[in-house]
Amino acid sequence: MKLIINGDEQIFDHPVATIAQLLEQLAVPVARTAIELNGAVVEQHQIETTALQDADHIEIVSFVGGG
Amino acid sequence: MQTTLKSFHSLEVAELKELVIAGRKFTSRLFVGTGKYPSPDILRQSLAASGTEMVTVALRRVSLTEPDPTIAAIDFDKYLVMPNTSGAKDAEEALRLARLARTASGLDWIKLEVTPDPVYLLPDPAETLKAAEVLVKEGFIVLPYIHADPTLARRLEDIGCAAIMPLGSPIGSARGIKTEEFLRIIIEQASIPVVIDAGIGMPSHAAQAIELGADAVLVNTAIAVAVDPVLMAEAFCLAVQAAEKALLSGPIEQQTRATASSPLTEFLE
Repeated sequence: MKLIINGDEQIFDHPVATIAQLLEQLAVPVARTAIELNGAVVEQHQIETTALQDADHIEIVSFVGGG
Repeated sequence: MQTTLKSFHSLEVAELKELVIAGRKFTSRLFVGTGKYPSPDILRQSLAASGTEMVTVALRRVSLTEPDPTIAAIDFDKYLVMPNTSGAKDAEEALRLARLARTASGLDWIKLEVTPDPVYLLPDPAETLKAAEVLVKEGFIVLPYIHADPTLARRLEDIGCAAIMPLGSPIGSARGIKTEEFLRIIIEQASIPVVIDAGIGMPSHAAQAIELGADAVLVNTAIAVAVDPVLMAEAFCLAVQAAEKALLSGPIEQQTRATASSPLTEFLE
């Protein structure tokens, strides 16, 4: 399965069914993380249920220090 | 910030207007940015030393190889953590960042900054106003970073922004309050809190802003990049408190001529 994550193409041996599963595989915590799937914001409560398709574009963003 | 006279122990003393933004009360008038600290631990200690109740953060792509440890140093229960839209070059990018920030923070607070100019990082007034209108309608608590422009400040207040954040001088420049005359007008006209945002380099600049009547100041680089950020954070805390006490004490008026502080009699008269 191919996914474009933060601009980089990544190949997964097994299908990744949901965004929650993807975050788990990438060791990214769900809390204080924001997700865009193909340009649309995925709300926190939708992370568990939002399904992924081959060639989806996913942005994973979180907080960093800033002024 | 308005000061009102109040009779107290037969003295006429001023009373500072409480700082309330979107219904939330702040006892500290020092807001602190979290960028550029040498380590997460120094950031944590600096925030504690500053006495702040409000900190700002930015939003970026997660590094899958090197996670940023900074955010773990911030106690989200202790501080109100307000994301900014830094990096936005136009209204559309700011809206995208704000919506993502809201899902990550679970809060409606957003520091709106639209800075297409990479040299001076000056805010784009037209794009800022455009983005603010949409964000207010979407239920955000919007605090826009603007030039010290009284007309724009009014427009942003009229459309429902929660506070305005005019600059003292360019971001991170440490040049202090160079926009004083226009900040005075903004403070005089505003019914929402005025937070002086950028360019504050020394505690004296922060004190000057509060003495002018600003409701709060936001400081980042001056603390984070000091050799001893924790000590500088404390210095800023004291400077803001000194200015508040000065306003409460009923400061004297400026005069063009001298007024003797010693008795005006001839020596040995």
